[in-house]
Amino acid sequence: MSAVVDSHAHDHGHHGPAKGFTRWLYTTNHKDIGSMYLWFSFIMFLVGGSMALVIRAELFEPGMQIVDPNFFNQMTTMHGLIMVFGAVMPAFVGLANWLIPIMVGAPDMALPRMNNWSFWILPFAFGLLLSTLFMEGGAPNFGWTFYAPLSTTYAPPSVTFFILAVHMMGISSIMGAINVIATILNMRAPGMTLMKMPLFVWTWLITAFLLIAVMPVLAGAVTMMLMDIHFGTAFFDAAGGGDPVLFQHIFWFFGHPEVYIMILPAFGVASQIIPTFSRKPLFGYPSMVYATASIAILSFIVWAHHMFTVGLPLAAQLFFMYATMLIAVPTGVKVFNWVATMFRGSLTFETPMLFAIAFVILFTIGGFSGLMLSIAPVDFQYHDTYFVVAHFHYVLVPGAIFSIFAAAYYWLPKWTGYMYDELLGKAHFWLSFIGLNLTFFPMHFVGLAGMPRRIPDYALQFADFNQIASMGAFLFGTTQLLFLFIVIKCIRGGKKASAQVWEGADGLEWTLPSPAPYHTFSEPPTVK
Amino acid sequence: MLSRRHLMALALPCLTAPTSVLADWEVNMTPGVTDVSQAVFDLHMIIFWICVVIGVVVFGVMFYSIFAHRKSKGAVPAQFHESTTVEVIWTIIPFAILIGMAIPATGTLIKMYDTSDADIEILITGYQWKWKYEYLNEKVSFFSNMSTTQEQIYNFDEKGEHYLLEVDEPVVIPVGKKVKFLVTAADVIHSWWVPALAVKRDAIPGTVNESWTRVNEPGIYRGQCAELCGKDHAFMPVVVKAVSENEYQEWVLAKQELARQEFELNNKEWTMEELMARGEQVYQRACVACHQANGLGLPPAFPALKDSPVALGPMEGHIDMILNGVKGTSMQAFADQLSEVDIAAVTTYERNAWGNNVGDMATPKMVAERKGQ
Ligand code: HEC
Ligand code: HEM
Ligand SMILES: [Cu+2]
Ligand SMILES: [Cu+2]
Repeated sequence: MSAVVDSHAHDHGHHGPAKGFTRWLYTTNHKDIGSMYLWFSFIMFLVGGSMALVIRAELFEPGMQIVDPNFFNQMTTMHGLIMVFGAVMPAFVGLANWLIPIMVGAPDMALPRMNNWSFWILPFAFGLLLSTLFMEGGAPNFGWTFYAPLSTTYAPPSVTFFILAVHMMGISSIMGAINVIATILNMRAPGMTLMKMPLFVWTWLITAFLLIAVMPVLAGAVTMMLMDIHFGTAFFDAAGGGDPVLFQHIFWFFGHPEVYIMILPAFGVASQIIPTFSRKPLFGYPSMVYATASIAILSFIVWAHHMFTVGLPLAAQLFFMYATMLIAVPTGVKVFNWVATMFRGSLTFETPMLFAIAFVILFTIGGFSGLMLSIAPVDFQYHDTYFVVAHFHYVLVPGAIFSIFAAAYYWLPKWTGYMYDELLGKAHFWLSFIGLNLTFFPMHFVGLAGMPRRIPDYALQFADFNQIASMGAFLFGTTQLLFLFIVIKCIRGGKKASAQVWEGADGLEWTLPSPAPYHTFSEPPTVK
Repeated sequence: MLSRRHLMALALPCLTAPTSVLADWEVNMTPGVTDVSQAVFDLHMIIFWICVVIGVVVFGVMFYSIFAHRKSKGAVPAQFHESTTVEVIWTIIPFAILIGMAIPATGTLIKMYDTSDADIEILITGYQWKWKYEYLNEKVSFFSNMSTTQEQIYNFDEKGEHYLLEVDEPVVIPVGKKVKFLVTAADVIHSWWVPALAVKRDAIPGTVNESWTRVNEPGIYRGQCAELCGKDHAFMPVVVKAVSENEYQEWVLAKQELARQEFELNNKEWTMEELMARGEQVYQRACVACHQANGLGLPPAFPALKDSPVALGPMEGHIDMILNGVKGTSMQAFADQLSEVDIAAVTTYERNAWGNNVGDMATPKMVAERKGQ
């Protein structure tokens, strides 16, 4: 990679950020917007996490203690929605904003004003969603999968606000995705061919296409709900000639790609971090790209594996089972490549690497339970039990969330100009790691033993493991405040970070000074 | 404090212990009591062990690198970063393993889908929050409600052994016979699940799903609704009682006789006291989940009946409300769920309980007339 044009000089001129709140309100700067996304997502993570702790507190013992069943359902629903749409997705968009331009040598995102708008929709969308908690009849209580007719005919009145909020989130995501694609396809520095792009950029390019493909489907689903509720249609109402199963097909046609939207950028993050701390280039770069693309394409033909119990015809059942099993192949390739990258490297274990290694191990465990779930006849026993809750938390928490933590520690020195406190970082890692496994591992057991999900009270034989899970959850939850402390501490000062930051780091972003100036790559670097 | 049991259970290796030990710790799926559930369990264990083996290999290599190739030990990084051969190998091997998995899975699935030649057919309907069982040929039909008390749930009484997994009337089937389940729902989606039978079928309004079982051992098998269906989703258990063929036949006859007696009750002359007593029972069984024992409901979702304009208003309107429900809400039509006496009784009860004292009483005859309307 060639040297960077020093854009630092601009910084002291009149191109710097405006002062005060308007800087954030009007900003079109990808770094400001990236930071706002990340802060927003962290706040949502704490809000959604507190709801999870309400759930876990109620489930600490058999019997109803703290909340009533209807409020419990509101908590699971809001927790799921907030974590998926408010914590994970915005965090990755924040990382995309910060990193894609400085990884491909672009001065900013391709559509900066739209970028501002896609962020600022979010606080309103989630403000609206959270306000439903205070409405008459309460917040949505039909699960984050909002199956009709529980979410239409039988829903609380606040469902209309929920629909509007989902529309707003969808618009925000689609605009974000358009921006990512436009930036990657048009704004790469000379010499940065597609097959030279860092994997984080690749995974985001593919994710963005997924987003554009499926967010409109989600919008369609909620619009049909709106019509059923207020305008007398009967898409999902059996009494009117509609079909509740239709809702599930539409939802999961969105929903399955959605889970890859939450994990592909995480793959990208791991593929940046593991080579750095292995001091060895990523093994099998092209196969990583192809594997990501195959996963994305396959994700469109597996949706009904969430619907094995709805009574699909045998042929459909077999098709979706085989297609789902097939996804294990490219996913396996990715895991093997990460391990091969570490093999015969020269490893060190700074906090980002710890999170990345835990990501590979625990995500793989989630992948194993996913493979088990794909076997349709056995899924009859797993479906809608805590085994599924364990599965998707293994792929989402140590998967998506750990990769976000890894990314935060990895690039924080570049963002703030200071090293974070390594000791505290490691403490954050180990406490999270222990808390997470205590929380979610026992859920496999109670799930297999027959505990359904989304229940506020359970039979006595599930008591012991639930108690462990609840204790683990409180450990995991409180540990996240430590992360907040570490980040604030790092912003306020610390050991100065060099431009390179990490010995083994490679890529355009590491050619910029730390902290990265407000405007970077105003003139494109040349990539050999 | 963690008890020893907790610590034992936490230890990962116990996952790999023999299954007989596992059963005590409730960490694994039940092999169940049918050939199909056994086949499902076997598939589950095969895929589990395959995952364990792959995990040991992959994590083995990884941990080896973590220990052997650390910079602090002076490891010098190799620079290899590509090998098509290796990539092809680790694409093909998993693919082959998956084909090996898919074959037995397909066989089991085909068996589970074969609902032909059933000896008994039971129509199962999910309601918010109870199950209705109708034996299509025997003309037996009844509702099955959870029998765990609110006092147990709200921690006033000690919880019983089968807390949340007990019902007032289990569904009875004979062992050794092929029983076909036709599963549907009256309001929202539910899911009828009994782990020991490996049967889980969604109960969907407007659709009738099919499944079947042939139980090998007599016994009581407990399960729960598996699809979120609203407030009391946790409180609609399924209990299956598998009995010998003879016992089953006796049970059917007794049920038919009971139905005749119930029907006779419609013609009996009832006193206010009798109706109030019966009404309270009916209310506890069929209405309490929504309208609450104190008649105050859970507004705005479920209205109070104390001081309700319907309960205090004209008798006809009140009976009609209970007979026909309100379409598009969880207030169901009880016309087909409760007998005429029961509707008369619960109507009377609602008009005269919790300080509602209209003072009048409904009769089975009035209910029959309103039904005719
Ligand atoms: C699954 C929940 C549920 C159950 C069980 C239930 N109800 Fe209701 N009930 C409702 C709802 C919801 C309404 C309000 C309907 C509406 O929107 O008008 C209602 C309304 C009523 C009303 C009219 C109240 C008013 O002031 O408008 C009466 C009377 C009534 N129910 C009686 C009964 C009786 C008797 C039973 C038992 C046999 C029963 N309900 C069982 C949910 C339920
Ligand atoms: C603090 C850590 C977390 C804890 C303790 C936790 C706990 C739980 C629990 C107990 C449930 C099950 C509710 C039920 O079925 O009754 C649940 C559901 C769910 N969680 Fe989490 N969770 C955590 C983090 C996350 C994260 C980070 C995500 C997403 C990225 C997430 C996504 C979901 C989803 C989608 C559901 C399903 C909601 C539904 O059933 O509709 N969770 N969580
Ligand atoms: Cu899926
Ligand atoms: Cu249910």
